[in-house]
Amino acid sequence: MASSETTSLTESRKAASVAVKRKTRWQPLLRSVVFNSVLLLGAFLSAFPFYWMFVLSTQSTQQIFSWPPQFMPGGNLVANYENMFTIIPFWRNFANSAFVAITHTTLSLLFCSMGGYAFAMYRFPGRNWLFGLMLATMMIPWMAGIVPWFILISKWLHWINRYEALVFPGAASAFGIFWMRQYIQESIPHELLDAARIDGCHEFSIFFRIVAPLLMPAFAALGIMIFIGSWNGFLGPLLVMQEKTMYTLPVALSLLRQDPRRGFDAGVLMLGTALATLPMLIVFLMATRRFMAGLTIGAVKG
Amino acid sequence: MSQLATAKPVQGMTPRRTTLWHEIRRNWVAYAYIAPFFVLFAIFGAFPIIYSFVLSFQQWNGISAAEWIGLENYVRLFADRLFWLAMWNTVFIGIVAHIPILGGAMLLAFIINSAAIRFKHFYRSAYFLPVVTSPVAVSLVFSTLYGVRFGLINWLLTEMGFSPIDWWGGSGEWIKPAIIILFIWRWLGWNMIIYLAGLQGINPELYEVAAIDGANLRQVFVKITLPLMRPIILFTLVLSTVGAMTLFDEPYLLVGVTGGTNNAGLTIAMYLYDRGFKFAHFGYASAMAYVVSAIIVAVSVLNIRFFGRSNTEA
Repeated sequence: MASSETTSLTESRKAASVAVKRKTRWQPLLRSVVFNSVLLLGAFLSAFPFYWMFVLSTQSTQQIFSWPPQFMPGGNLVANYENMFTIIPFWRNFANSAFVAITHTTLSLLFCSMGGYAFAMYRFPGRNWLFGLMLATMMIPWMAGIVPWFILISKWLHWINRYEALVFPGAASAFGIFWMRQYIQESIPHELLDAARIDGCHEFSIFFRIVAPLLMPAFAALGIMIFIGSWNGFLGPLLVMQEKTMYTLPVALSLLRQDPRRGFDAGVLMLGTALATLPMLIVFLMATRRFMAGLTIGAVKG
Repeated sequence: MSQLATAKPVQGMTPRRTTLWHEIRRNWVAYAYIAPFFVLFAIFGAFPIIYSFVLSFQQWNGISAAEWIGLENYVRLFADRLFWLAMWNTVFIGIVAHIPILGGAMLLAFIINSAAIRFKHFYRSAYFLPVVTSPVAVSLVFSTLYGVRFGLINWLLTEMGFSPIDWWGGSGEWIKPAIIILFIWRWLGWNMIIYLAGLQGINPELYEVAAIDGANLRQVFVKITLPLMRPIILFTLVLSTVGAMTLFDEPYLLVGVTGGTNNAGLTIAMYLYDRGFKFAHFGYASAMAYVVSAIIVAVSVLNIRFFGRSNTEA
């Protein structure tokens, strides 16, 4: 009974695969055409706004507000560039963004790798409990304590218009520690640490001299994520930075949009936007693989 | 390390307690390593959240003395028409945007993962591009695309014989679609990359067996892909819930802090910002923050319960 069942099953399988083969002679081609056109259209829609941003940044307001729209670069780039400085100190804002992003990223990588290392490599009382507590904090949305956060920053720490307000809060993120723990668990063998201990290496030097150099790929991947997040942050700097010279780029750009004196200069606005976006595009295109690999460690293996 | 663990004395209470203390002292380095997180979280996370709860029972503008008013903030909040409108807007935008985002991301990931596609790396990068750019930059570019008289989208529409869209005017009925389109454009690629990584983790033999059994593409997708992807779908769902409920940057830049015509684009985060920081109603904003955060955490927990449990059963 069992054997006849299996034979009939294999027969039906054979029949089915023959049917599939007959049917699919033209199907893979059609499928390939449909799939590829969907993907190409999607890729075009994804990328087009960037092209548009760069084109508009070279046009004058008259050209931008003309009918039909002009799809080729105009000749107003230099004028837009000069006009931009009458509204915002662009390079100062750029430097603010860069300084905040670099210091915040460096500090985050230090704290996250330390935390991830401890959770991955040490068995200490309360470890699981503390790790669970840390993961649970990821579910709390930023708005829960935003009002007292602002009061703390402004009234008690006096960090209004100071970089500290953007560098220190969030410098040891639960996500980053979790991410580093996953990476360290998979890439650093316990034997390495034991050997170092037998050699009389101090616990701190084990981490900073032996483990940290092995974490370079992880620093790059997580670092890009943190850097982009910091560079793009808006609400934090909007609340904390209240002087033009202390604005980060996103806040400065939002000012370009709503400058009451000059109205809305679209060419200038797009140039500022393009210049602010360009570094991220370059960072991303240079390290796409690493970035996306890093992003998915937390998602898939978690 | 392991030797110490096996050599644990098992006699009475006192030795065990000293062992625990001994263990803690022996591992002081580990506590030092995790200290930055817990210290920073205590200062910038836990303290504001607890203080927010206290503030929600007070009336305070940050200058004069705080006044204890009990539950009045909550009473006013539940009677506040704008609060409910903002809540409705946020939920509407979140749900309507996430159906195409999650569905489209899954579909695109499935397509890119199929053998018929070359240049996978190119597509992955192209779709991911919107995520790495700042929401501010993206919103500003889209606000030119949405231009009512000279915007590219309206130009395209008139070329194709449709009438142009008054994105910001009328009764504000096009404001939410404008935000939703931007939101989809920005987040589809991120979810797609996550799903793609999940798909690549599925054993290809499963697909081969299905192909031998004559399963068609739809059956493969529904019977093999979706069930195996459940944990990853859960991950994106939780993050999407939080992201959608705290949506601020894009609508703030597209329509301004009031949310445009008839407050059609006012999200809960914008309303919170407006009350808390434009009007300095610290107590009222804290009450709002608590209600909304409670909802977000509850939805996340429900997501985890629902998807998490059925995954272990399957």
